[in-house]
Amino acid sequence: MSDTFFTSSPHWTWWIVLYFFVGGIAGSAFLLASLLHLFGRPADRPLVRLGYYTAFAGAVVSGFLLTIDLDRPERFWHMLIQSNTGRPMFKSWVPMSVGSWGLLLFSLFAFLAALGALSEERPDRRLLQSAPVRALRRRGPSAAIAVLGSIFGLFLAGYTGVLLAVTNRPIWADSTLLGLLFLVSGASTGAAALILLAIWRRAGHPASVDWLAWFDRRVLMLELVVLVLFLLSLGSVARVFLGWWGAALVLGVIGIGILAPLLLERGHRAPAPHQLVRSASLVLLGGLLLRVVVLLSSHDIHVLGSGVTGASP
Amino acid sequence: MMTEPMGFYTDTTVCIGCKACEVACKEWNQLPSAEGGQREMSGNSYDNTRRLDGTHWRHVKFLEQFEEDRNGGRWLMMSDVCKHCVQAPCLEVCPTGAIIRTEFDTVVIQSDTCNGCRACIAACPFGVIDINAVSNTAQKCTLCYDRLQAGMEPACSQACPTDSIRFGTIRELKEMAESRVRQLHALGESRAHLYGADDKFLGGLNSFYLLVDQPEVYGLPRAPKMPTRNLIPSSLLSAAGAAALALLGFVGLRKRRMDGHAPEREGPDV
Repeated sequence: MSDTFFTSSPHWTWWIVLYFFVGGIAGSAFLLASLLHLFGRPADRPLVRLGYYTAFAGAVVSGFLLTIDLDRPERFWHMLIQSNTGRPMFKSWVPMSVGSWGLLLFSLFAFLAALGALSEERPDRRLLQSAPVRALRRRGPSAAIAVLGSIFGLFLAGYTGVLLAVTNRPIWADSTLLGLLFLVSGASTGAAALILLAIWRRAGHPASVDWLAWFDRRVLMLELVVLVLFLLSLGSVARVFLGWWGAALVLGVIGIGILAPLLLERGHRAPAPHQLVRSASLVLLGGLLLRVVVLLSSHDIHVLGSGVTGASP
Repeated sequence: MMTEPMGFYTDTTVCIGCKACEVACKEWNQLPSAEGGQREMSGNSYDNTRRLDGTHWRHVKFLEQFEEDRNGGRWLMMSDVCKHCVQAPCLEVCPTGAIIRTEFDTVVIQSDTCNGCRACIAACPFGVIDINAVSNTAQKCTLCYDRLQAGMEPACSQACPTDSIRFGTIRELKEMAESRVRQLHALGESRAHLYGADDKFLGGLNSFYLLVDQPEVYGLPRAPKMPTRNLIPSSLLSAAGAAALALLGFVGLRKRRMDGHAPEREGPDV
């Protein structure tokens, strides 16, 4: 039996589920927008701007969700500053500590990128056309923001799984693949969110959206492979999925969130908007469900170390 | 200034389940009763405390080992507490620096620094820590840090009527425990062994146990580990995945350009 079964749940439930979901979308939305910014064409600009707005909004929501999940939310700054000395608080070996700084820095780059995008979109606003803001749109600074922000965005999408692995809880600490799984799932949900927003806001050139759909299909295939490897890596611990959580994983995450979108778009080189809306919605649902299953299935396990224990001689 | 490491040695064979340690701990540390004292009975044991948490820093486990016909059997009792690990997982992962190692080599959570992120709860291999509903911070046994600073013995070991819980320097406690194991072996109790007295896991436990059954029977993990064991492999796999995703996106854009689908200017929206 895994030694992880003797531990207590940290009660990381719905706020953290949402944070992992939103953080994954925000981080990968920034990456996708940056790729289009760096290697795309002028017609991709509306999607670049949408991606940066999404990333910044996601970063703000992520910070809010993390703060309200604390039992002492007014002390959220203790993650960044030592409360007794006023010096920076940073532990390079603790994902939660690195993640707090990572989210802060990602938020900074997402803000700068979104500000630059807003300046590009609204030439009529004088404040947005001031010299410092216009500087954000220049080739050098905008490329640096895109590259650095993408690094922090990818970090944000994946560190959450590493954070879970660096515990002693069942499922989370029984595999080293959760970081990769959340990262890949974040990429698929980020692309899906941008597809939906682009269609809803009429803010993307069809070729930009087709590229997102192309990217999402391949990431979904990768996600399926990583998910299977994750389950295999759990060994005997995977037996905890013989029940409702397993059904949610197989039917919800794999069936609805991965296989159904792939099947819906099969054979379509450039799926129609209504097909894209349907499959992207399913991808988002599957991505959310993945985090629900991973977090809450472990939360449900509190068997050996804590309860009244009986055993035969 | 560091003094000699101090801790507990708990001989489970002489625990009678009186819970004096639980009461003494609650009284000294002013820990409130749960649900205004109207706590539900567990219904399947005399153990109604059930688990360690933010307001129960001592928990006497009642383990009933009886044959089906009830002719033979035994009670195992064990007063559980924070193990004050030499390499403490909770201290390792605390992102705020709220968890410290004291001059007595014990592990203490500073309530005025903790922000209730609960990382320590997930890291503790023994399920010791939980949130205290009064302070809304993570709490656990301090090994009576305040009493130790005043040269006093912890409340639980002082209250223990059978000396099942012994307090002292780790060196003295180990000698005492090894002598007791030899005595039990000589008396025919060959299952007697020490749990956490050596440095086989977590660098050793400053609260270690004499057990007469497998650790799992007492609700103790056989080989508890540091949470950071997964840090490097998980991070490397994620970094490789991140590089692959960025490359995939780039390849997609290149392919689009090669296929002639790349739009030159802002055209009609979707």
